[in-house]
Amino acid sequence: MTSLPLADMGKIYAERRERAAESAARRVERERRLADAVCAWLGKDLVKREAFRDQQVIYVPIERAHETLAHCKNALGFDQLTDVTAYDTLKLEGEHPERFVMVWILTNLGQEARLRVKAYLNEDDPVLPTATDIWRGADWPEREVYDMYGIEFTGHYNLKRLLLPEGYVGHPLRKDYPLRGRGERDNFPVIPRTKKASYE
Amino acid sequence: MGLEDWLGNDFISTRVKDLLAWGRKNSLWPMPFGTACCAIELMATMSSRYDMARFGAEVVRFSPRQSDLLIVGGRVTLKMMPVLQRIWQQMPEPKWSISMGACASCGGVFDTYTMIQGVDQFIPIDVYIPGCPPRPENLIDAVRLIQEKVGKTEIQKLIDERTGIDHLARLEAMDRRKQEANA
Ligand code: SF4
Repeated sequence: MTSLPLADMGKIYAERRERAAESAARRVERERRLADAVCAWLGKDLVKREAFRDQQVIYVPIERAHETLAHCKNALGFDQLTDVTAYDTLKLEGEHPERFVMVWILTNLGQEARLRVKAYLNEDDPVLPTATDIWRGADWPEREVYDMYGIEFTGHYNLKRLLLPEGYVGHPLRKDYPLRGRGERDNFPVIPRTKKASYE
Repeated sequence: MGLEDWLGNDFISTRVKDLLAWGRKNSLWPMPFGTACCAIELMATMSSRYDMARFGAEVVRFSPRQSDLLIVGGRVTLKMMPVLQRIWQQMPEPKWSISMGACASCGGVFDTYTMIQGVDQFIPIDVYIPGCPPRPENLIDAVRLIQEKVGKTEIQKLIDERTGIDHLARLEAMDRRKQEANA
């Protein structure tokens, strides 16, 4: 293998960086246009729109979440659901009108673009329609959200706990859940070393 | 020794009990319960560089019914604890156990709702290994300790204790009944 002079290598790397930056800029532009399209479709129902480091985030009302997701898939080509998740704001920072925020991360494989759709969710009645009828892949993420936050998805065909054992009480990723649990980890039968030392 | 002097160098005298104990302690069959990174170290100990076979404990059985040494290597969660207990109960007596690493012994750094803070709260443990992860030498040391313990254990007594059945008394009672029937 012949090695190139150092100056040439520097030039090659600089060109590569430039090309990468250009393609990133083009992707950001595509993502912005797609987000624009969703906003235009939502009209006055749009709650909030923000961009964090060029990542487009759209807040929709929870009643229109399902509809928006279906529109994203059918009209805008967001054919992959990367993740469904949620987080608990506890309404701490004052800027959150409700406690839970649902997050859907969508990917448009054709245009290599991503979009984040968020929706505020009421604490007293955390129920929303499932997205499994749009993307089959919403199955396990929704079960995980149910497991960890107690958010229910109507129409989900198999809404059971995914990670925690069946029969677990509570939803531990809610911020008011104690870190060390409520004694679940100490509630097991003890197998004694000898019959004599039995604790029963 | 008198007997050996008389028979020559090809013979040794011992007790049957000691012979059995010697055989038992040098042929431990471990059951690996590897749930996290400690299991990698366990595998390293079993493989050629550290070579557990030198101590007669290389026959790793993935069936608890065929093994007599449980090595708990790794974190045990809420969901895994019933499984571990079941595996321990499926192992036939006499059996021993090693708790390998900080996580299995005390929960390690994972002090959360889902982690068991030390498997010894729920199953009996004979030897603990500190470390995160323990080096293979530590595991070998633990196996040597177990071997020492196995060599000293009176097996029948151990089984009686653990099963709660006094076998000697049962045998005597059987003998008595036989004599009564004959008389
Ligand atoms: S003690 Fe350390 S190496 Fe072993 S399972 Fe825990 S974290 Fe992993």
